[in-house]
Amino acid sequence: MDVRVQSADFDSGAELSGFIARQQAAPVGATVSFTGIVRDLPGGGLQRMVIEHYPGMTERAIAAMVGQARARWSLADCLVIHRYGEMRPGETIMMVATASAHRADAFAAADFLMDYLKSRAPFWKQEITAEGTAWVAARDEDEAALQRW
Amino acid sequence: MIEVLYFAWVRERIGLPRETVQTGAQTVGELVEELRGREERYALAFSDLESLRVAVDQELAGFDAPLKGAREVAFFPPMTGG
Repeated sequence: MDVRVQSADFDSGAELSGFIARQQAAPVGATVSFTGIVRDLPGGGLQRMVIEHYPGMTERAIAAMVGQARARWSLADCLVIHRYGEMRPGETIMMVATASAHRADAFAAADFLMDYLKSRAPFWKQEITAEGTAWVAARDEDEAALQRW
Repeated sequence: MIEVLYFAWVRERIGLPRETVQTGAQTVGELVEELRGREERYALAFSDLESLRVAVDQELAGFDAPLKGAREVAFFPPMTGG
């Protein structure tokens, strides 16, 4: 299990390759990964995204989510990387990877972790355009998505 | 003595990322009432509790959560990670 909260950019492809390579010893038959990218606004215009976080609580909250995922599904391994600070459209914000004996558990755990990271990990996104700076509002759908679990 | 932290627009409205507060508040709700009474900027930041979330010692909590033994309380808007 590997949780990283960092400002530095990272290569999700290289991280995934490393994640798959380290599953050799375990009875793993499936890995699933998700990569979140800074999306430009419709019609363009996003200059930067700035993500604020709550150091300490962020790591604890993600570790708790990973603990719940491990209790619920049969997971051999799991990787969560989430950035904070300043980034530009097209840059990688975060990634989740899960490894399991079979794909169903790997998919479900990755989906669960994504839903929880969206609305239960203390990150706040801010969008900077030529017009100014605005906090991204939480979406009701993201909160509702937690009811699935 | 309790460490109070503010994030995102709550931090901007109050104008501080954190402060040490001398309080006799028994619950988060009582602490909010004390802070609201201080100055307009606090009253503005805490005007709509529906739009705020709270963590006590880095765990999400409700406004009715007790503060006994707590070291750190944080106020922030709904989270937007992922």
